Amino acid sequence: MEVPILKQGAVLIATFQAALSDADLNQLRMGLVEQVVKLRSRAVIVDVTAMDVMDSFASRTLREIAHMIRLRGAETVIVGIQPEVAFAMVQLGLTLEGVATALDLEEGLAYLNEKFKTTN
Amino acid sequence: MSAGEIRVAINSDQDIVLARQKGRGMATELGFSAGDATLIATAISELARNIVSYARKGHIALKRVNGLNRQGIAVIASDDGPGIADIRQALRDGFSTSGSLGLGLPGVRRLMDEFEITSQPGRGTIVTVKKWRQ
Repeated sequence: MEVPILKQGAVLIATFQAALSDADLNQLRMGLVEQVVKLRSRAVIVDVTAMDVMDSFASRTLREIAHMIRLRGAETVIVGIQPEVAFAMVQLGLTLEGVATALDLEEGLAYLNEKFKTTN
Repeated sequence: MSAGEIRVAINSDQDIVLARQKGRGMATELGFSAGDATLIATAISELARNIVSYARKGHIALKRVNGLNRQGIAVIASDDGPGIADIRQALRDGFSTSGSLGLGLPGVRRLMDEFEITSQPGRGTIVTVKKWRQ
């Protein structure tokens, strides 16, 4: 399953679908990092609004994506974790420590704008 | 197989997605809330993942169960894999300290209302979990 990656200025926006397999997630991890390098992006927003389940593998992949992108000097924001998905993640003991999160795409963009403003 | 039972063969990571979708569908049909259906789907995802990771193949069975004045769903994850030598250790929470996810069984136990595991080294593992409708 293809995950659309949209370029908006210096920000890449990846929108996750509901039914991503492990193979899809692995492919996305590689694809996103490649695109960040190629396009010299400063930030990535991963929109998980449509994701039905965030299990241990998906959480780990998101953490890895954020860490890899940080090593490139860019920022990652995860947006759109649904309330029931968040509840399930807490019950499972999954965390996204050290990864920025925001309510939705709009809030994620606002967070990045603020961040870039202060660092420039 | 009765009408109230769904069995999904787990052979690859694609089947993990299929199993949790079937589980969510059945939970919704049985009248579970969207929140509970997500908890059930997440538990199925973890149990199916253990099968793929440790036993390579197995099955997830989904059943409607009736208790006293209540209805629920049972998820039975079975495989003929290597089994678990130390179940007590596998049920210990390892998240916070090591950062490794282990088998994720303590988490699955928290997601569901009932949890039962039988395993024999070299013969396989059966995990049965249930959730009752509120």
